[in-house]
Amino acid sequence: MSDRKPFRWHILVFLAPAVLVYTAIMIIPLFATLNLSLFTKVDRVSQFNGLGNFRTLFGDPRWSASFWNALGNNTWFFIVHMLVQNPIGILLAAILSNPRLRGAAFYRTAIFIPTILSFVVVGFVWKLMLSPIWGVAPDLLNAVGLKSLFAPWLGKEAYALTTLALISVWQFVGIPMMLIYAALLSIPEEVIEAAEMDGVTGASQFWKIKLPLILPSIGIISILTFVGNFNAFDLIYSAQGALAGPNFATDILGTFLYRTFFGFQLQLGDQNMGATIATAMFFIILIGVCIYLFAIQTRLRRYQF
Amino acid sequence: MTKTKLIGALLASTLLASAAYAEDVTLTIESWRNDDVLIWQDTIIPAFEAANPGIKVVFAPTAPAEYNAVLNSKLDAGSAGDLVTCRPFDASLELYKKGNLADLTSLAAMANFSPVAKSAWQTDDGAATFCVPMASVIHGFIYNKDAFDALGIAVPTTRDEFFAALDKIKADGTYIPMAMGTNDQWEAATMGYNNIGPNYWKGEEGRLALIAGTQKLTDADWVAPFTELARWKDYLGDGFEAQTYPDSQNLFTLGRAAIYPAGSWEISGFNKQATFKMGAFPPPVQAAGDTCYISDHTDIALGMNAKTAHPDETKKFLEWVGSPEFATMYANALPGFFSLNSTPVAMEDPLAQEFVSWRSKCQSSIRSTYQILSRGTPNLENETWNASANVIKGTETPEAAAARLQEGLASWYAPQKAK
Repeated sequence: MSDRKPFRWHILVFLAPAVLVYTAIMIIPLFATLNLSLFTKVDRVSQFNGLGNFRTLFGDPRWSASFWNALGNNTWFFIVHMLVQNPIGILLAAILSNPRLRGAAFYRTAIFIPTILSFVVVGFVWKLMLSPIWGVAPDLLNAVGLKSLFAPWLGKEAYALTTLALISVWQFVGIPMMLIYAALLSIPEEVIEAAEMDGVTGASQFWKIKLPLILPSIGIISILTFVGNFNAFDLIYSAQGALAGPNFATDILGTFLYRTFFGFQLQLGDQNMGATIATAMFFIILIGVCIYLFAIQTRLRRYQF
Repeated sequence: MTKTKLIGALLASTLLASAAYAEDVTLTIESWRNDDVLIWQDTIIPAFEAANPGIKVVFAPTAPAEYNAVLNSKLDAGSAGDLVTCRPFDASLELYKKGNLADLTSLAAMANFSPVAKSAWQTDDGAATFCVPMASVIHGFIYNKDAFDALGIAVPTTRDEFFAALDKIKADGTYIPMAMGTNDQWEAATMGYNNIGPNYWKGEEGRLALIAGTQKLTDADWVAPFTELARWKDYLGDGFEAQTYPDSQNLFTLGRAAIYPAGSWEISGFNKQATFKMGAFPPPVQAAGDTCYISDHTDIALGMNAKTAHPDETKKFLEWVGSPEFATMYANALPGFFSLNSTPVAMEDPLAQEFVSWRSKCQSSIRSTYQILSRGTPNLENETWNASANVIKGTETPEAAAARLQEGLASWYAPQKAK
């Protein structure tokens, strides 16, 4: 009996603060939301409705049309970020990590600054710049003789979402840049030197040596982009309002949730349907993260130096 | 221990303080009009207090966007003020049904208001009225008088004259004919569809028929306003698709646009900003001499918290709010917010006078989508924003937009369900 180890209380004690805080501000609200989505209000009295709200969300032609529209827009929002933000971030990091570049610290700071700006500021400033009435965009295009290319982008169904996605890319390109930059700096000199000894330099050095070494960072950035984009709301709300115009062309899951949960103008808020949408968002993100964790991350090779 | 003592002391002092002023009753007004604090404190409340010694009134507004939520939680907690400013229609009706607002049908001052004025704060059958109407906003068009004079345009009264005027302004090229954008969507519905619409659906007649289910949104009278809106497209400024509400206001007050589809709440702002002379005209009618209909939308009222400790004093205040004296004071302090009182009110602002003069020659109605019809999902008002903006942009035909609205309404509103 005496060989049994004493219970290690200190583990519990050290875990407790984090577990308690996390439970109070994350786990409980999460389950409260899941719970709320299973109820419905009949004559101001809450009633258990099972999966009825989900049947409405996916089965009712109007609800499901709004939902798939928002999901489709959200997916495009994510694709633009993956195709534009992350490659540009990697490219900028590769340029910045070049030891011969002068003023690297300045560029690094300048490119990172938009990230710390408020969404409201970014939304408002871009809206003003792109405004067909007072904006600088039409004048700048006019100056180079390309006035015919100007369109009221934020007001056209075909362009509005892509325009907003690119504004968001402009704002957040600093984050992948910084993460990749840090990853590039952590590649040991010996590896680079060995590559140079073998005659691998310049672009081929980047593709063959550096890129495989920063792949885990790119994976992390992708998943951060995914979670961030599917939770996005602020930029669309500050630039286009809760109705996500024109004609719901910029409606993403976040704005759809907001409109439903809090109500809008004459539409009274519906907490239960709002929670249903929030739950659907939770599962979409959960599935996305799981695919990443089990299908991609386990296959990424890691190098220990 | 010290904390309990402190709380005890605080409680005691509160009790003492309230005992000391026992002879004075203090009434608190809940409101979202925090822009109007000074007007209430300096003009309205002193006038009431002078006439009613022994009653003190405190105006305690909340930010407009938070008002509904704050008021609901205060009412639930029993800490709301004695007087509650009422939003029109369902938001207040919900409070009345929950027993938060008292029935005020028996108030003598109610006789001073027309049925339309009271409709926003009544039960669906009109049996009980629970708020005293305070003000409405009127829709029409504000125009740049200098521009009209320079181009030799007379104020249009018929639709043909209206479009002829727009054509003339457009041909001249100095001014953008009409300042409106579709970016924020609500202007298209509120200052477009519900501004010109009453002339087609004959105001209250059409609005009530829609509620009764005897008319449909696909009827000619309800599609026609969309058809007219579709014609507006050619007269709006470049890139109107991305033009916001403040953009439109600025375009007009900077003198770059000639006509502004307006609500009367713009009056005080425009008076401060614009350096040119302004005039206003009601939505033009089909043929000269036709009865004109205007949107005279009930917007703000005052009700009584059902759980107030001073019901008699509160009713006294409400009787006063329903009096012509209050109406005159309020309408002059806030030009563009027109009294709903049946007694004519003398106003000093010429633009406000012009707006309110239409009440005597036209039939008043309210926005078609506000009463009952925006109770379900999809919400007719919000759908109308989207449909009006689409029609102006030309991405949806008037017929398709009307059919979509009708289908949405019929999906939850029993009287409109396909028979």
